[in-house]
Amino acid sequence: MKGFRHAASGILVPLAVLALWQLLSSRGWVNATILPSPLQVLVKWWAYLRPLEAFDPAMGSYLKWCLSGELIQDASGSLYRVLVGFFIGGGLALPLGLAMGYSRLAYGLFNPIVQILRPIPPIAYIPLSILWFGLGNPPAVFLIAIGAFFPVLMNTVAGVQNVDSIYLRVGRNLGASRFTQFTRIILPAATPYIFTGARIGMGTAFIVVIVSEMIAVNNGLGYRILEAREYLWSDKIIAGMFTIGLLGLGIDTLMSRLSSHLLKWHRGLEQG
Amino acid sequence: MTGSSHISIQGVHKVFQSGGQDVHALQSIDLEIRRGEFVCLLGPSGCGKSTLLNAVAGFSLPTSGTITVDGAVISAPGPDRGMVFQEYALFPWMTVEQNIAFGLQIKKTPKATIQAKVDGLLDLLHLQDFRQRYPKDLSGGMRQRVAIARVLAIDSPILLMDEPFGALDALTRRNLQDELLRLWTELGKTILFVTHSMEEALYLADRTVVMTYRPGTLKRDLVIDLPRPRDVASPAFNSLKKELGQLLLEEQDRHQQDEFRGAAAD
Repeated sequence: MKGFRHAASGILVPLAVLALWQLLSSRGWVNATILPSPLQVLVKWWAYLRPLEAFDPAMGSYLKWCLSGELIQDASGSLYRVLVGFFIGGGLALPLGLAMGYSRLAYGLFNPIVQILRPIPPIAYIPLSILWFGLGNPPAVFLIAIGAFFPVLMNTVAGVQNVDSIYLRVGRNLGASRFTQFTRIILPAATPYIFTGARIGMGTAFIVVIVSEMIAVNNGLGYRILEAREYLWSDKIIAGMFTIGLLGLGIDTLMSRLSSHLLKWHRGLEQG
Repeated sequence: MTGSSHISIQGVHKVFQSGGQDVHALQSIDLEIRRGEFVCLLGPSGCGKSTLLNAVAGFSLPTSGTITVDGAVISAPGPDRGMVFQEYALFPWMTVEQNIAFGLQIKKTPKATIQAKVDGLLDLLHLQDFRQRYPKDLSGGMRQRVAIARVLAIDSPILLMDEPFGALDALTRRNLQDELLRLWTELGKTILFVTHSMEEALYLADRTVVMTYRPGTLKRDLVIDLPRPRDVASPAFNSLKKELGQLLLEEQDRHQQDEFRGAAAD
């Protein structure tokens, strides 16, 4: 009962917003070109999701046909770029972060350049990325990798540096080698920070993919909503925006589920 | 140097730098500990008892003087001197079982041997029902049991204990003290135990060494020959407690005067 009331109160405000929006549009108080009604958006969203052509067995399987809609193609294109960029950026940041956190020498060598490059927003790399990589996936992946790189790096460094020294003393007391100290103590102790960094990095990657598609790619959700503006399809813009929001929510939920599953030992513990 | 000494501390000084000044944490410490002896280091905070324990553990070596175990000079931490910390220091990402097994895995012990040993220790410390739990899901007393089991797993002949029961409530504390005495009798370890509780020292130790407040020196080496289990309400126990209390009070006063002086200087 309590759960039901909780859920019910959770949809109260969204419902009210939708109702007000529908009212504004259907009464003709706002121009439908500027703000289409929720119903109109939903219809457009369905059209955007649906396959463009009728099912033809000669063209391939039914599943493939189901996924041939423009929205699915756009969303999977965006997702692909996010994942590739995230794994490249995060994959480079992780070992560098571990080295910088563990070794004073590595920290001294790399920290200055990191501090100089870190405040540059990934968006500012757009001109260079197009100059270097042309158009299409490569510049987008490059930008996303940069977006994911710094959050993962900074959190990994902090995670390694903040390992409670008492754990290292226990390790030395039990006779652990430096290698064992690193793999069995420092690495697991730093994982909560690393996961936080990955989650932030994934969020940044998701922002960057939309922007980069608006400029350097000619498909994907970011491209599609900008294209819709050319035709004054505000319903499609809004449908695309909701899709972006839902996809982002989905990714973040997945990341947080994964991290709380892998960090069972940490759940309910204060970080730091 | 006597042949029967297990731990031998000779002429140990330890000087720290603090605010540009030398702090003499330990000064001219000479202490011989026999094999299988249970020795408590007792004193007010700042008397250097933990510093001395850390020196024996090899975490911070003395500025001068030597500490030897079985005749060999200590130069680094090692599994021959297992340490139990006040703040438990269990690895939170490992289950109870994994925590206990860790020291054995480091020694490259065969898996079957580790399993048997861990099982034995879980039995010994009444932890069977908690083997799959993470430290965050255990009470303070349970955590300290695991920490003790983790050290016992590596079979160090010496146990170093840094106020291990300081954070526990009185009942749990007594319970673990009894448990520790049982293990000590069974396993014949040499134990060096730091505490600031007179009663704990009198309840546990064969010998209680009282240390002075800065510079840390040995004020009194008191043999406690009361039969075990000790009755904390007995007249003999209480007369020793009175004697220790007098010694500690003097050091506590010096500690306080020092703090007042420090406050006045600020």
